Amino acid sequence: MFSLVTFLPRAIVQSIPLLLGCVGETLNEKSGSLNLGIPGVMYVGAICGVIGSFMYENSGGPFNPVIGVIIPIITCMLGALMMGLIFCFLTVTLRANQNVTGLAMTTFGVGFGNFFGGSIIKLTGAEVPSITLSATSKAFKTTLPFAGKAGVVGELLFSYSFMTYVAIIIAILTAYMLNKTRTGLELRAVGENPATADAAGININRYKYFSICIGCMIAGIGGLFYVLDYANGVWSNDAFGDRGWLAIALVIFSIWRPNWAIWESILFGGLYILYLYIPTGTNFAMKEIYKMLPYLVTIIMLIAISLRNKHENQPPEALGLPYFREDR
Amino acid sequence: MRNITKTFGTITANKNVDLDIYRGEILSLLGENGSGKTTLMNMLSGIYFPDEGEIYIDGEPVVISSPKVASDLGIGMIHQHFKLVNVFTAAQNIILGIDQDSEDGKKIKGFSKLDVEKASKKIREICDLYGFDVDPDQKVYDMSVSQKQTVEIVKVLYKGADILILDEPTAVLTPQETEKLFAVLRNMREDGKTVVIITHKLHEVEAISDKVAILRKGEYIGTLITKETNAQEMTNMMVGREVKLNIDRPEPHDVKPRIKVKGLTVRSEDGLLKLDDVSFTANTGEVLGIAGISGCGQKELLEAIAGLQPIEKGEILYVEDDGTETNLAELSDLEIDAKGVSLAFVPEDRLGMGLVASMDLVDNMMLRSFRRKGKIVGFTDRKTPRDLAEKVVEELEVVTPSLETPVRRLSGGNVQKVLVGREIAMNPTVLMSAYAVRGLDINASYIIYDLVNQQKERGVAVIFVGEDLDVLLELSDRILVLCGGKVSGIVDGRTADKNGVGLLMTKLGGEANG
Amino acid sequence: MDKKTKEPLIHITKRKMIPKKQEWAIRLGGILAALIFCAIITTITTHLNPLAVYAKMFEGSFGSPRKLWALLKELASLLLIAVALAPAFKMKFWNLGGGGQVMAGVLATTAVMITMTGKLPSVAIMLLSCVAALAAGALWAFIPAFCRAKWNTNETLFTLMMNYVATQIVAYFIIIWENPKGAGKIGVINQTTRIGWLPTIANNPYMLIVIVSVIVTIFMYIYLKYTKHGYELSVVGESENTARYVGINVSKVIIRTLVLCGLICGLTGWLLVAGTDHTMTTTIEGGKGFLGVMVAWLAHFNPIGMILSGLLMVFMAKGGSEISMAFGLNRSYGDILTGIILFFVIGSEFFINYQIHFRKSHRKEAADV
Repeated sequence: MFSLVTFLPRAIVQSIPLLLGCVGETLNEKSGSLNLGIPGVMYVGAICGVIGSFMYENSGGPFNPVIGVIIPIITCMLGALMMGLIFCFLTVTLRANQNVTGLAMTTFGVGFGNFFGGSIIKLTGAEVPSITLSATSKAFKTTLPFAGKAGVVGELLFSYSFMTYVAIIIAILTAYMLNKTRTGLELRAVGENPATADAAGININRYKYFSICIGCMIAGIGGLFYVLDYANGVWSNDAFGDRGWLAIALVIFSIWRPNWAIWESILFGGLYILYLYIPTGTNFAMKEIYKMLPYLVTIIMLIAISLRNKHENQPPEALGLPYFREDR
Repeated sequence: MRNITKTFGTITANKNVDLDIYRGEILSLLGENGSGKTTLMNMLSGIYFPDEGEIYIDGEPVVISSPKVASDLGIGMIHQHFKLVNVFTAAQNIILGIDQDSEDGKKIKGFSKLDVEKASKKIREICDLYGFDVDPDQKVYDMSVSQKQTVEIVKVLYKGADILILDEPTAVLTPQETEKLFAVLRNMREDGKTVVIITHKLHEVEAISDKVAILRKGEYIGTLITKETNAQEMTNMMVGREVKLNIDRPEPHDVKPRIKVKGLTVRSEDGLLKLDDVSFTANTGEVLGIAGISGCGQKELLEAIAGLQPIEKGEILYVEDDGTETNLAELSDLEIDAKGVSLAFVPEDRLGMGLVASMDLVDNMMLRSFRRKGKIVGFTDRKTPRDLAEKVVEELEVVTPSLETPVRRLSGGNVQKVLVGREIAMNPTVLMSAYAVRGLDINASYIIYDLVNQQKERGVAVIFVGEDLDVLLELSDRILVLCGGKVSGIVDGRTADKNGVGLLMTKLGGEANG
Repeated sequence: MDKKTKEPLIHITKRKMIPKKQEWAIRLGGILAALIFCAIITTITTHLNPLAVYAKMFEGSFGSPRKLWALLKELASLLLIAVALAPAFKMKFWNLGGGGQVMAGVLATTAVMITMTGKLPSVAIMLLSCVAALAAGALWAFIPAFCRAKWNTNETLFTLMMNYVATQIVAYFIIIWENPKGAGKIGVINQTTRIGWLPTIANNPYMLIVIVSVIVTIFMYIYLKYTKHGYELSVVGESENTARYVGINVSKVIIRTLVLCGLICGLTGWLLVAGTDHTMTTTIEGGKGFLGVMVAWLAHFNPIGMILSGLLMVFMAKGGSEISMAFGLNRSYGDILTGIILFFVIGSEFFINYQIHFRKSHRKEAADV
C-alpha cells in the first residue's frame, strides 16, 4: 500500500544531495560556466569529508558531536574548493573549453574518490568493501529538538536531520541572492552578457571564480550529505552513482531557479525511489524505468523551453563561452 | 591623450594619436570607416588598453585599465552595439555595476536587498530632466533600437558621467529621433558635461559640435572649431586630399531590363517592416547605385533578390536575354541557382557571411563551386578552386603569405578582394554588392571600382549599395534612394547633386524645405 | 602616483599564426610536465619510485601479446567513438551522447541475438543485429539533432541526458532477459552455440574490431577532408550565416552529420556485443562516450591524431589497472593520473592560442613568452 508518510521522508532525504548539487551547478551556470565536472566535485567533496571524519573518529580521543560535524564539512569544502579552483583556472584564466575540462574533472574526481575510498577501506582491513562512520553519521543526523512531537505533520516536516534544513536554506538564500541582490544581478549579467558586465565595470573573473568555487563547495556538501546522512555514514566505492548528472539535469528542470529546485529535487528523489512504494515494487525491471524518469522529464523540459522561447526561461546567454575582452 | 598607439595583430588601429578634449564642449570625432575613431575611444573607456602612450585627465596622468576605472573617472561610453542584458529590465541594466547608493552615496553591500524602486525613481528624474521616455520596468528584449539607445544614455548619466562618448549614435535613428538626441546633448553641455560624438556624417558635425577632431587611418590630423570651418575643409582633412575621385564611368551600352522588382515587401523576423512596396528595374550594362542611411532596407533588398530573405509580397522578375521572365521571389537561392541564373552577391558582412574566416583561400573559393560535379561523386574538387585562388591573388594583387592562410589573417582590403574575386569568377549576370569599399584604403577601393566597371562593360546588371555619396554619384548610372524601407526616389547619377540625394535619404521624396 | 603598481602587470593577446611544430612542442611539453607532476604526486601519496610505476604501467600496457591485444581492443572501441564524435564537434555540435548512442546499438544487438536465436540462421542474425544496431544508434543521435535543428534545443544537455535514458533502458532489459533467473545479469549469450557471434579473424577475437576501427578512422579522415559533406559541415561549424548564404541547408547538415555519428556509435555497440563481449551490461561502454569527447578534442578533431590521443588515454587506463595490481594500489589511481594529464594538456592549449606579455615594469626589458 502506498503511504505518503513513509514515502515522502525517504524522497526528501534522497533529494538533498541532488538539491545541493543543483544549487552549486546553478551558481556555476549563472556565471556562464557549464561545469560538467560537478559529479566529480561531489565525489571529491564526499571523500574529503569522509577522510576528515575518519581521521577524527580514529584519533582516539572522545567523540565530540559538534567537532565531529564541523571537521568533515571543512575538509569536504576544502576538497571541493580545490576542484573549483582547477576548473576556474583552466576555463576562466586559461579560457579552456568548459565541456572538456568538466569531463576531465569528473574522470579525475570519481577516480579521486574511489582511490582514497579504497585506500581507507584497505586501511581498516574490514571484511566488507566499505567504511562506516557511525558516530559522525549520528551527529550529522541530529534532528530538530521539537521533531516527533507534532504527530503526522511533524513527521513529515520536522523529522529530518538539521543538514536537510541547512540545504533548503542554502537553496532559498541562493535564489534570493540571485534575484534580489546587487551581487546576484551582477552575477547574472556576467553569465548573460559578459561584455556588457565588463563595460559596466564588473570584474568578470572575480565573479566567475567566486561563483564557481562557492558553487563547487555547495555541491561538495551535497556529496557529503549523501554519505553521512542518506547512506548512514557508509562509504563504498561508486555508491554515489550518477547523482551528479541528475543534479545537472535538475538545473535545467528547475529552469535555473534554486527555489524551484527544492520541490523538483523532491520530485526527482521521489521518482528515483518510487519503485519501492508502488504495487509493482517487486518487479525489479520497473525500478530501472522509474530511474529513467528524471532524465526523461528533463529532456521534455529542455525541448519545452526551447519551444516556448520565453526569454526568462532560456539558459544564460553566454553559457559555455569563454570571455576575452579584446576579442575582435 | 598623448601618443596613443594600439595594434591588433598586424593591423595598426591607432598610431601616435594626441587628442585634447575640453570641459563643457561637444567634440565631434570625424573620420572615415576604419580610421580608428572607435578604437581610440575604447581606450578612453577602458575596453582596450593602449600599447603605448599616456592619458591625462585634468592634468593628472591616469591609467584606464578597465571600464570600471573609466567609470570612476567619470567617463561613459555608448557603444554602437548596445551593451545591455536582454533579460533584464531597463532599471536593472542601468544600476548594473553601481555600488553606491543613489542618494547618500554610501556603499551598497553586495548581499543587501537591491532597491530597484529607488533607482527607478532616480531614472524617472533623469528622464524628466532631459525629456527621455524610458519605462524602468520594461525588459530590454521588448525594446526598439532607439529605446535601447536611450537606456544606454540614461545609464551613463545615472552613473554621473562627466565625459560622454557616443559611437555613431545616429546610425540607427530616424531624423526626428536624431533631433531629439541632439537637443539632449546640448542640454548636457549646458550642464558642463563633455560630449564626444563619433561620426562620419558632416552635416551632423556642423549641427551639433563645437569642435571637430579628425582622424585618418589611425592618425590624428587636427582639430578645428566647427564654426570656423566648412564641409570642404573637413572632407579634405578626413580624406587627405581634395576629393577628386575621378572614378571612371563608361557609357552604358546595350541597356535592357534584367531584374524588375515590383511591390517588394519584406518583414524582419520580429515583424518589423523592412521593405515597403519597393519597385525598380536594374538594367544590363548599368550600375544601379543604392543610397540611404544605414538600416533602411538595403541589406534586406539584396538578400531578398538573392533568395535569402522570406518575402511577404511582391515580385522579383528576372529577365533573360530572350525576354522570358522568371519570378525569383518564389524560389529559394538553390532553385535560383538551378535555373542557371547567376547572381553574384558581395554581402556587407564579409567574414561572417561572405567568407569563412578560419578557412584558407582555397576553401573559401570553394564555397561557391563545391556543389559542382567533381571527378568523383561526393568528393570536393580542390584543383579548380586552387587555380581560381591563384588567379585572384595574382590579378587582384591580394597580399597573403600563402593560399593556405586563413582569410581571417588578411587585412580588410585583401579580404574584400578575395570575396569579390570569387563572386566575379561565377560569370554572373547580376552583381550585387553591399558596402564593397567599406574599410578599404583608396588603392583597394579603386580596384573594386574598376572591377565593377569591367562587369558593367560585360553587360552585367550591377547593384551597388554604398554609403559614400561622392562615390555613388561618380560611379552609378542611376541611383535608387531608400528611406525607411521605401523608395524615396530614383535619380540619374550624371545629373544628380549631393544635396538632392542627401535630402531624399533623410526625407521621403525630398520635397520638404528643398 | 607610482606607475608600476597601477599598470596591469600581465597583458594577454591572441596569438597570430603559430608554426605547427611549435604547437606540437607546446602540447608535448604539457604532457611531459603532467608526467613529472604525476611522478611527484605518486611519490608523495604512495612513497613509490615513480619511474618504477611508469615502467610497470608500460609493461601492463605493452608487456605481453595478450596485454597488447587487450589494449588494442580498448583503443579500437575508444577510437571508434571518438571518430564518430569528430564530425559533430567540427560542426560545433556538442555531442556528449556518444555513450548513449553506443548503448542503443548494444541494446539492439542483444535484442536481436536473444529474441531471434532459433528462429533465424546465425548469419541472418548477424546481419539483422547489425542493421538494428546501426538504426538504434542513428535514432539516438537523430532525436537531439532534430530538436536542435528545428527548435535550437541545447544539444550539450540533451545528448547528456540521452545517455542515462539509454543506460536505464538497458538496465531494464538486463533484468527482463536475465540469465540465469535472479542473477541480475545476462550471461554470455549463446555461449555454446555461438549463434550470432561474429567470426574471429586469424583466431583472434579482437582482430575484427581493430580492423573496423582502422577502416572507420581512415574513412572519417577522408570524409572530413575531401568530401562535400565534410566541407559543408565545417562551413556550418564555422559560420551558420555563411552556410545559409551559399545555400547550405543547415538543418539538413546537422541532422545528417549526427545520424552519421549515431551510425558509427551503433556499429561500435554491435561490435562490442556480437564481436567481443557477447553480453550486455550497463557498463559495457565504460565511460568511453566522455573519454571519446576528450580524445577527439585533444586531437583537434583530426581522426589520425586521435589514434595518438586515444593511445594516451588507454595507456593510462591499462597502466593504471596494472599498477593497482602490482603495488597494491587502488584501481582508480589511473583515473587520477589521467585527470591530471588532461588538466595539463587542456591548460597547454592556452599557450597555443594566446600570448602573454609582461608589462615593462622595473625590469627594463619586456619579456615575451
